[in-house]
Amino acid sequence: MFVARSIPADHKDLIHDVSYDFHGRRMATCSSDQSVKVWDKGENGEWHCTASWKTHSGSVWRVMWAHPEFGQVLASCSFDRTAAVWEEIVGESNDKQRGQSHWIKRTTLVDSRTSVTDVKFAPKHMGLMLTTCSADGVVRIYEAPDVMNLSQWSLQHEISCKLSCSCISWNPSSSRAHSPMLAVGSDDNNPNLVGKVHIYEYNENTRKYAKAETLSMVTDPVHDVAFAPNLGRSFHVLAVATKDVCIFNLVPLRREPNSTSGPTKFDIQTVAQFEHHNSQVWRVSWNITSTLLASSGDDGCVRLWKANYMGNWKCTGILKGDGTPVNGTSNQHGMLTSPLGSANQTIQGSLNGTSASRYFFPPLEPPRAGSRWSSYAQLLPPPTLIEQTCDADTASHQLPHPRRRYTTRPLNPLPENEGD
Amino acid sequence: MWEIEELDVEPVTTVIPWVNSSKCRLGFEWGPGDMLFYETVKGGGPKGKVCPLIHVVRKDEEMYSPILRKLFNESHHIFVGLQRSQEESTSKPKTHQFVSISKNYRSVIRACIEELQHIAVSSAVSALTPQDYNQISILLAVELIWNLCEILFIEAAPAGTLLLHLLDWVQVHNAGVDDEAQELLHSEDPAQHPKFWDVVICYVLQGRIQEARQLLAKQATQKPAASSMFKTMDGLLKKMPVFNPSGNQTLTEFELKWGHWYEECNRHLEDSSFASNSNMETVCKILLGDKDTLLSQKKHLTNWYHFLVTRLLYTHPAVKPQDLQYYAQECMVLFLKNRIEPEPLDSILLAAFKFDILQVIKDCSIALNNWWFVAHLTDLLDHCKLLQSHNLNFGSNLREFLLLEYASGLFTHHSLWQLAVDYFDYCPEFGKAYLELHIERVSLDTERKALKVLRICEQRQMTEQVRSICKIMAKKSLHNNRLGSALSWSIRAKDAGFATLISDRFLEDYCSRGSFSDLELIDNLGTSMLLSDRLTFLGKYCEFHRLYGEKRFTEAAKLLLSLMTARLAPRSFWMTLLTDALPLLEQKKVIFSAEQTYELMQCLEELTSCSEQNERPSEQEDDIELTKVELLRLALARNLASAIVQEGSVNAF
Repeated sequence: MFVARSIPADHKDLIHDVSYDFHGRRMATCSSDQSVKVWDKGENGEWHCTASWKTHSGSVWRVMWAHPEFGQVLASCSFDRTAAVWEEIVGESNDKQRGQSHWIKRTTLVDSRTSVTDVKFAPKHMGLMLTTCSADGVVRIYEAPDVMNLSQWSLQHEISCKLSCSCISWNPSSSRAHSPMLAVGSDDNNPNLVGKVHIYEYNENTRKYAKAETLSMVTDPVHDVAFAPNLGRSFHVLAVATKDVCIFNLVPLRREPNSTSGPTKFDIQTVAQFEHHNSQVWRVSWNITSTLLASSGDDGCVRLWKANYMGNWKCTGILKGDGTPVNGTSNQHGMLTSPLGSANQTIQGSLNGTSASRYFFPPLEPPRAGSRWSSYAQLLPPPTLIEQTCDADTASHQLPHPRRRYTTRPLNPLPENEGD
Repeated sequence: MWEIEELDVEPVTTVIPWVNSSKCRLGFEWGPGDMLFYETVKGGGPKGKVCPLIHVVRKDEEMYSPILRKLFNESHHIFVGLQRSQEESTSKPKTHQFVSISKNYRSVIRACIEELQHIAVSSAVSALTPQDYNQISILLAVELIWNLCEILFIEAAPAGTLLLHLLDWVQVHNAGVDDEAQELLHSEDPAQHPKFWDVVICYVLQGRIQEARQLLAKQATQKPAASSMFKTMDGLLKKMPVFNPSGNQTLTEFELKWGHWYEECNRHLEDSSFASNSNMETVCKILLGDKDTLLSQKKHLTNWYHFLVTRLLYTHPAVKPQDLQYYAQECMVLFLKNRIEPEPLDSILLAAFKFDILQVIKDCSIALNNWWFVAHLTDLLDHCKLLQSHNLNFGSNLREFLLLEYASGLFTHHSLWQLAVDYFDYCPEFGKAYLELHIERVSLDTERKALKVLRICEQRQMTEQVRSICKIMAKKSLHNNRLGSALSWSIRAKDAGFATLISDRFLEDYCSRGSFSDLELIDNLGTSMLLSDRLTFLGKYCEFHRLYGEKRFTEAAKLLLSLMTARLAPRSFWMTLLTDALPLLEQKKVIFSAEQTYELMQCLEELTSCSEQNERPSEQEDDIELTKVELLRLALARNLASAIVQEGSVNAF
């Protein structure tokens, strides 16, 4: 993995959240400067800020995209005790010429009396639903009954968690397999040993959300929770960011015949527990197929975790800063040139699993420092293969010249111009 | 040996510039092909000195090398061919089929290597990056390993044949001697060429006896004094027994014959037949497989596995597969004695010689930088039923694990993702789930791409994904004010609500502009107009306009009326419809019958009484509206009169 580019985000204060849209062509950033910015990826891979506007009257903690089925819709939540829904509309023609898009506020959700700490859209099969949680310990579920009219939101459910809430995660798998389910984490740091992660499940009969389970083993403050995509498994997988990184399997227990109305009970199995951050963990998040989990901790590192085919989880990658402080106001574009080169050296990666190395099984010997190619150098064919130069002039790049023993088949043409 | 399973090694570290990890938290976000990182706070953090950067971190770029894309593309064909042949054939597949598939894979690797080399040679300025050169050496190693796996596991050559294959393997991968031989033969006096003996010895080491003899003959003609020595050597080389797998000779017969020949060689050495020429003596000692002599030829052997094969050729030509590992281990240690630890390539080859397939796959996974090789090799070995001996379902899990990883990597590429679809298709356990998750993330930049993705989903009955794609496209078209496209996508998505909304937009547009866009689409709705009432109305209303345009007034009038009486038209649109009726009422010829006129009148009264109950519009609008109503009433009354007259007179006749 290597740093391909660095984008000056141009926020006047710290960034709190960066969110990709569903297809990865847009991103939204939010900051303590009370604004949200939307970025679009150009043909050449460059990011352009196409909208920037003041969204709240306090720090904006989180920003999230709705599923594109509902259009270009963002939700944000803030210290100002509100959450808001934004929709992109086709702007004036001169806006378009300047490459700018226009976002309008569709609603402000003002039910919370304290800072709104997280905002999440529910899985799309449930319709257009938005969930917020707040420091006063209330989870609120809103619905836009008419997806064509995003200015009407009704508060459908209010769940009182009694503990200050920091994060929510919907179980993304479809409702055919189970009722809608969400996990709520609490950053309450009272020393009382109460479980800090609660699982709520929708009950078809009462039409209410009821607590299905408390993860009693998690007693330290929790800052993030993340359900993994289900992949057709019979159990659910939940990652928790607390004083360590935890992965739990939630295995539904068979219901007793006479208690069909109660919430599902789960057998909760700790699959992995990592203390590598040696400090508070702030974020956990799965990649698309949940083959990789990323976590961010107070040690300033992001760690990547992967299971091998035996289901054993291991840390396969660490990302961390180089320690250079950022010098306030100097020309950022100028700064961006030199150190990137050195960042390029950073070893083969494990992002998205294209590199076969590392997490499958650890290597025989640690790679030599300095080159991301160093570990392959050990795989270089023996000298004769290399030293048969084709031409003395090309001595600087000596090449093997294998005997043409195989008649090589002409290559089939590539599927042409797949990009579109 | 070293243990691999539970070695704990530090994970790979990637450094992000301008981020001070000790002072901040690193925020991140997963993307489809990359990850975003940004500096954020611990708790509150000081205000002011901030310069937030967002860092895009990518995985390795090799997926983007155009030549490797050919490798991925070509091997995809072979992979799919293999899976299909397995599905179709009922009989037990033959070894030779697997060998030929294996050879196809290797020839694709070869083609890639040669193409890279061709680029390097043909362009004066180096067109290849250092990465490309590394890629060549990785591909060479991959091909070397694959070839050995093919011989040992897939071909599973028995004693006798085994060595012939290994000899081939060494020859192919140590082909440097051919260039030297060419240089030699093109020189003025080959026999006097300084490299003459090097080439002869290389040939002998590779068991290329005929070529060695031809060269020696050139020397012999120049040295009549030593002719008997050359004759003896030529005789030995000529007589050297080579196992013929297709002949009638049994392995025992071959070994016996070979033993005699070996004795003869030994006798000549002891007789000092070649003592006068040190090179000839060396050749003779090689023929005897003398360990020290072979080791003194390290520069010609270049690697321990060449040493191994040469040694086997001249000491144990009928080596059994199960004995290979002992010789391999010994030869490696002898050859590498100065080096402390074997390198990954060495240990991979050694694991292969030990027939430890799993170890080969594991080691390759670790040492190589992509899943291409392990995924395809493991799949092939799994088809050969070679992974089943490992406990339970393990074999197929390993295969699927590797294929899923490889295909997931392909999915991050803007065009290679289409290949990945087939790989997921052949992963019975999680393939479908992976495909569903990945394919809905493919960005639908154009209609063409959306249709491509849609077709893939439709072929696999992924109804939810099909619906979702259509819905997204409909929403997108509407966003860009392309109503026609939005309508056809929402029909595909069978989204009645959305179709109603777009139909309304069409009608609004009509009311403001007086004409329809996308008429052709609406005219050809067919049964799909039944998706929503409003859409049906839109379709029918357009049909009315068509009939009117074609001057089929009676039909048009009937249709217009039925739109209201069947309550298909929204009430808000009735006034428009009635206004449309005006010119028909004004025609000289009676178009609306008396009965139809009554019905029209009823519609008008219903509408006006209804609007009276509702809020009154502004006075000016009201005036216009009232005038319209008056005009309509007048026209209706007049039409009723003419209709009654006409109908009466018709009946009278």
